[in-house]
Amino acid sequence: MSARRIFTRPAHLAAIVPYVWMVLFFLVPFAFVLKISLSQTAIAQPPYEPVFDLTAGWEALKTAFAALSIDNFKLLGSDDIYVFAYVRSLTVALTATSLLLLIGYPVAYGMARLPKRWQAAAMVLVIVPFWTSFLIRIYAWINILQHDGLLNQILLALHLVSQPVVWLSTDTAMYIGIVYSYLPFMILPLYATLAKMEPVLEEAASDLGAPPWQVFWLVTFPLSLPGVGAGVLLCFIPIVGEFVIPDLLAGSNSLMIGQTLWLEFFTNKDWPVASAAAIVLLVVLLVPLLLYERLQKRQLEQGR
Amino acid sequence: MRKVSRLSRFNIASLALGLAFLYLPILILVIYSFNASRLVTVWGGWSLRWYHEFFNDRAMIEAAWMSLRVAVSSATIATLLGTLAAVALSRGERFHGRTLFSGMLYAPLVMPEVITGLSLLLLFVALNAERGFWTVTIAHTTLTMCFVAVVVQSRLGSLDRSLEEAAMDLGCNPVRAFVAVTLPLIAPAIVAGWMLAFTLSLDDLVIASFTTGPGSATLPIRIYSEVRLGVKPEINAICTLVIGLIAVVIVIASLASKLSSSQGESAAPL
Repeated sequence: MSARRIFTRPAHLAAIVPYVWMVLFFLVPFAFVLKISLSQTAIAQPPYEPVFDLTAGWEALKTAFAALSIDNFKLLGSDDIYVFAYVRSLTVALTATSLLLLIGYPVAYGMARLPKRWQAAAMVLVIVPFWTSFLIRIYAWINILQHDGLLNQILLALHLVSQPVVWLSTDTAMYIGIVYSYLPFMILPLYATLAKMEPVLEEAASDLGAPPWQVFWLVTFPLSLPGVGAGVLLCFIPIVGEFVIPDLLAGSNSLMIGQTLWLEFFTNKDWPVASAAAIVLLVVLLVPLLLYERLQKRQLEQGR
Repeated sequence: MRKVSRLSRFNIASLALGLAFLYLPILILVIYSFNASRLVTVWGGWSLRWYHEFFNDRAMIEAAWMSLRVAVSSATIATLLGTLAAVALSRGERFHGRTLFSGMLYAPLVMPEVITGLSLLLLFVALNAERGFWTVTIAHTTLTMCFVAVVVQSRLGSLDRSLEEAAMDLGCNPVRAFVAVTLPLIAPAIVAGWMLAFTLSLDDLVIASFTTGPGSATLPIRIYSEVRLGVKPEINAICTLVIGLIAVVIVIASLASKLSSSQGESAAPL
């Protein structure tokens, strides 16, 4: 039972470097977030204290532990700004994910029912925007949605509105931006399950007299649930922490948690509170993250 | 028969609408980057004026150069590490801490970037590391190696292992068998992984903002600060250039994966 047992075969040796890297730059940083979330805010560089000093020995460590404070977490619970930010983040993520499902499902379904040789092309077409910078895609929407932007010009030309409508800095703009950016993440897992589905099942239901909506609701949709789950989680989790899209497209009257965290960190320089907010966000997201992992494991087992 | 054709018409319509929704905004942006007018929404004829302006904007050029350097170095390191990780996950069935390892590799794929960025910054501050090129590169490597690992792992998973075993039966040691047989077969996936890592790094705003220092902004950071101040036609030109660069990358990556799918039945999805 030694280090030799841990990596016996060359494939195991391959794990060492990436393993160490991920521990160093993924796992250890969370220890620092946790540590700083338990410190006091200070006007200093870096702006927090106390600072652990492991070399100072056990006594020093004990005093350091005694100085740990959960004040930052108490603040998060008592300050309306944070409570609202968490609630808003979850609401926005839920709404946006539902919209994504509503819009993404028909597209994925359309893709899955294309002739085989067209499917690959359609998939490339869906993936390409994912490769294009998301900042650019959001910026493209600013071009369209601004006061004298294309959308207002078209609406005015068609006499649908008599004066320009305010689109930018509204929740509508934010939802457009989020749906636009995350659509490929919803379409691809949906397409993957829908394409695998046997069309015979739908035909059978239809032959037995089910109207199209019943065929969809009783056969197609239940069978596509793994894809729905993967798509929903793939979109929901990052949207909760979204920062850039609400910052550029939504108004500034109600912030999401990602924005609050960013403000706290960069503008107010309150690192301990920002860290505490990050920890709470992480805990909130741990549930869907674990769900996602379970789902992936199950799909891998099914794929075998 | 009629029902079927009506259904497929609905399918085609939804697909077409979906694709139009994805592409029209980008297309409009590209067209307006050639607009001569200062007003972004008034068409003043075709012109390369804003491209000219970009190439005379020192700060923007420096940021673009910084972004390119970070993207190339982090994608290269991430490809090495991600490929190793993929090999370990698909060829090493059981080793201690495998669950933790795969967990760490999958978590960054879905984790909000704000958390990843914040935690890395706190680490760099604690280590007293000077923030700039290397800290951003390390941060991007950490994020993108996970994507590389996923792409390469899916290729490795679809590979016939008997080829490797045959090489070993003929006297190759496992490392030699891997280098001589497996590596050429997964090379297209590795190339695709590098491309993905490159574009992800080029694209990243949030993590770079947390991990960079004063005076070494990347292109997205610069664009972001400009966009917050309002729409500038120069940004359209920069965005079009980035889209063009990424289009070239996609063509190369899809050629690589076409090569890959002609060798095996199923190619990596990305």
